[in-house]
Amino acid sequence: MAISDATPAGTGGLVAWKSDAMAARRKARYAADRRLQIYGMVAIAFALGFLATLVGTLIYTGSNAFRQSMVTIDIDFSAAEFDRQNPMEANWRNIFRDAVRDDIGELSRSDERDYFSLFTSSAPFLIRDRILAEPALLDGRATFVVPLSDPFDQLAKGLVNTDLPEDQRRVTDKQIEFYNALEQQGAISRPFNWALLFNSDSRFPELAGLAGAISGSFWLLLVCFLISFPVGIAAAIYLEEFAPKNRITDLIEININNLAAVPSVVFGLLGLAVFLGTFGLPRSAPIVGGMVLALMTLPTIIIVTRAALTSVPSSIREAALGVGASKHEAIFHHILPLAMPSIMTGTIIGLAQALGETAPLLLIGMNAFITSPPEGVFEASTALPTQIYIWADSPERGFVARTSAAILVLLGFLVVMNGIAIFLRQRFERRW
Amino acid sequence: MAGYLIGLMALAALVSAFVGSWRARQKRDAARGSKSHSRPIYHGLNAAIWTGVPAFVFILIWLLFQNGIVDALVIASFPGSDQLSGPQQDLLISEIRQVASGTIFKEPSAEVLAAVEHLRSLEVLATWAMVALVAALVAIGAFLGYRAIEHRFRARHSVERSVTWFMMFSSLVAILTTAGIVGSLVYEALLFFARVPVTEFLFGLRWEPQIAIRADQVAGQGAFGMIPVLFGTLVISALAMAVAVPTGILSAIYLTEYADHRFRAAVKPLLEILAGIPTIVYGFFAVLTVAPAIRSLGLSLGIDAAPNSALAAGGVMGVMLIPFISSLSDDAFAAVPRAMRDGSYALGATKGETIRKVLLPAALPGIVGGVLLALSRAVGETMIVVMAAGLIAKMTLNPFDSVTTVTVQIVTLLIGDSEFDNPKTLAAFALGLMLFIITLGLNLIALRTVRKYREKY
Repeated sequence: MAISDATPAGTGGLVAWKSDAMAARRKARYAADRRLQIYGMVAIAFALGFLATLVGTLIYTGSNAFRQSMVTIDIDFSAAEFDRQNPMEANWRNIFRDAVRDDIGELSRSDERDYFSLFTSSAPFLIRDRILAEPALLDGRATFVVPLSDPFDQLAKGLVNTDLPEDQRRVTDKQIEFYNALEQQGAISRPFNWALLFNSDSRFPELAGLAGAISGSFWLLLVCFLISFPVGIAAAIYLEEFAPKNRITDLIEININNLAAVPSVVFGLLGLAVFLGTFGLPRSAPIVGGMVLALMTLPTIIIVTRAALTSVPSSIREAALGVGASKHEAIFHHILPLAMPSIMTGTIIGLAQALGETAPLLLIGMNAFITSPPEGVFEASTALPTQIYIWADSPERGFVARTSAAILVLLGFLVVMNGIAIFLRQRFERRW
Repeated sequence: MAGYLIGLMALAALVSAFVGSWRARQKRDAARGSKSHSRPIYHGLNAAIWTGVPAFVFILIWLLFQNGIVDALVIASFPGSDQLSGPQQDLLISEIRQVASGTIFKEPSAEVLAAVEHLRSLEVLATWAMVALVAALVAIGAFLGYRAIEHRFRARHSVERSVTWFMMFSSLVAILTTAGIVGSLVYEALLFFARVPVTEFLFGLRWEPQIAIRADQVAGQGAFGMIPVLFGTLVISALAMAVAVPTGILSAIYLTEYADHRFRAAVKPLLEILAGIPTIVYGFFAVLTVAPAIRSLGLSLGIDAAPNSALAAGGVMGVMLIPFISSLSDDAFAAVPRAMRDGSYALGATKGETIRKVLLPAALPGIVGGVLLALSRAVGETMIVVMAAGLIAKMTLNPFDSVTTVTVQIVTLLIGDSEFDNPKTLAAFALGLMLFIITLGLNLIALRTVRKYREKY
C-alpha cells in the first residue's frame, strides 16, 4: 500500500493523481472493497439460506404427520359371540376379523391378510376401548374410525410411487385395489392428527405420539427450574455482594466460567456416575435428568443474575442503607426486585437451552421405549429431544415425517419460551 | 412418599411462620413501650427455618443414601453373597429389584424370593423410619424456634445468617459440580487404566471397543487406542471450522462495517436463531438432507462418498457455529478504538482496506479467542455427530469418508444398560476425561487470549 510505489519517477515526489495508472489503481482498490462487501453478503446469504432450508425441509416433511389417514368402517357386533360381562378378556382380534368378514364376504387367505393389513394392527383394541366406553355400540351396526396402517397412510398421502414394480414397494397391487375401493366408498378421511399430541410412544408410527415426551420434558424443566433458579440467584448474590475478594472466590468465578463451556455429554457422564452410580437414583427418571440439566443451567443463571445485579444503580442501595435497612434488606427488598425482569429473561433462555439438550439425557437412559406418560419425577420417561432421537432411529417410513413433526413441536415450544423472554425484556426491563 | 413428606414439612414451616409472627406480635404488645429489635415477621421466618430446614436437609440426605444402604443390607443377608464379586452383586440386586417391582423374566429362585421379601420389609421400615425421624425433627425444630421468640431476640440477624449460609452453599455448588465431574471421570478412568494400560489408550492406533467384550481381547492388543477416535474428532472439527470461521468473520465484517442499521437489526437475530436451534435438530437435518446431498454430489464427481460422511457432520456443525464466531468477532471489532479506524480513513484508505489492514489485525486476538471457544464447542458437540457421523474409527483425511468422534464413542458405549465393571463402559469415562481436559485447555487458552487483548486498549 505504499503510495510511493505508484509515484512516477521524476515528478519530484508529487503524485500524478489524474494519471491513468492512478485511476486504474483506484479502481482496483474500490473493486477490492466491493469484493469484501460481496463476500460478506455471500456469507450471510449462506447462513440464512441454510436456516431457510432447514426450517423449510422440516415443515415440508413434517406437515404430513399432522394429518393421519383414517378409515371409517361400519361394523355389526350384535352377532359377535363373547362374554358380554367381561369384554376386556375377549379375543378382540378374532371378533373384529369375524365382524369385518361378515361385511366384505369371503376372501382367499392371502387376500384376507392383505385386506386386514390396511388397518393399524391395534384396530381391534381401539374398537374395544370405544365399546368399553359406550357399551350401546354392541347392539347394532356402529361406525368406527380407525387409523390406516403406516404403508397405507403413506399411500393415501401420495408418498408411494405406484409406478415402481410391485416388489420394490411396501404395498402390493392387490392391497392398492382394496385401498382404492375404500377410497371410492368415501371411507378414507384425513383429519388432524390429534394422536401426535395426545398419544404416547408406540412401535407403530400411526399410533405414536408425543404426550409422554412432552410431560417428561415438563417434569425435567420443573426439576431443573426448582433447583437452578434459587441456587443460581443465591450464588450470584453471594458472589456479587457478600463474598470477600480472595483466592476461594476467584476460584469459584473461574469455575463458573469454565462450567458454562464444559461439553454437555460430560454432564451426562457426571449424572451417570454420581446420581445413578453412587446414589442409586432410578434410571431414566426426570429427577436425575432435571438435576443434570440444573447443573448445566446454573452457570447461565449465575452469570445473568450477576449482570442484572450490577446494572441496578448504586443510588438505590445507598438510599436503602441510608434509611437504615440492613445489607440483606437492601438487597432482597430493593435491588433484587429491580433486577428480577432481567433474571427471569435469562432464566427462561437458560431453560429453553435445557429443553433442547439431548446428550446428557441419553447417557442417563431417557431414551427408553415408554408407552405411558410419567406421573411423577421418579418414573421412567422420555423427553422431547430424546423422543426425536428414538424416532429418527426408527426404520418405519412414517417415523421420518413424525420426527420432523416432533422437531416442529419442540421448536414451537422454544419459540414460545424465547417469545416470553423477549416480551419480559421489552415490557419490564428498565434501562437506568 | 417423600413428596408428601416434603409437602407436609413445608406446610409445617408455613404454620410456624404464622404462629411465630403472631407470638412475636403478642410479646411486643406485652412489652409496651420498650423497643423491639426485629419485626414480627422475622420471628416467624426464624421459626419456619428452624422447623423446615433441618428436616428438609435430612430428607434429601436420606433419599440419596436409602437405596444404597438397603441394597447393601439385602446383599449382605443373601446366602453365599460374600463369594460374589462386586459386579455379580450388582447383577443380583438388580434382579431382586426387578422381581420386587413385578417384572419377572424367569421364575425366581427361592433365595431371590426371600431376598425380595427382605427388600420389601426393609423398604417399609426405611419409609416409616424416615417419616418418624422427620416428624421428630420438625417437632424439635418447631419447639426450639418457638421458644426462641423473645421480645429482645434478634430474629432478623438469625434469619439473615441462615440466608447467608444458604448463599454460601449455593456458590459452592459450582465447585462441587466441577469436583464431581473431575472425581467421577478420574475414578472411572483409573479403573479403566487398571485393565488397559495408559500408554495403550493414549498412543494405540486401533479402536475396536465392541469386540473387546470377549475375554480374550480385554488383555489389550491395542483395541482401546484413542488416537483414531481423536483423529476423527479433529477431522470433523476442522471441517466445521473451515465452514464457520470464514462465514462467521465475513458476516461479522459485513454486519458491523457495511450494513445499515435496519439490515443489521433484522439479520443479527436471524443469525442468532442458528445458535438457538437444538443440536439434535441439526443432526436430523444432516441425516435427512445434507448427507444424501453430499453423497449424490460425490457420486456425480466420481467420488465414492460414504452415507455418513465427515463432510456432512462437519459442515452442519460449522453452520451451527457461525453465530458463535460472528458475535464474538463482532465484539472484537467493536472493541477496536474509534481513533484507529478514523486514522485509517484520514489517510485515504477505503473501507475494505481499513478492515483488512487495521481492524482485523487489531481485533485478531479477540477473534482467535472466539475461534478457540468455537473449536472447543466443536470438539464437545455430541448430537450432530451421534446422528450423522460414523461408528468405525478410521484414520483418514478424506472428508467424503466416514469417521467417528470421541463424543460418538462415549454415547454409543454408554447407551442402553451398562455395567460399571466392563472395560467398554469404563473406556467411555476415559474418553470423557480426555474430552474434558481438551475442552478445558482450549477454554482456558481462549479466555486468556481474550483477556490479554482487552488489557491492551
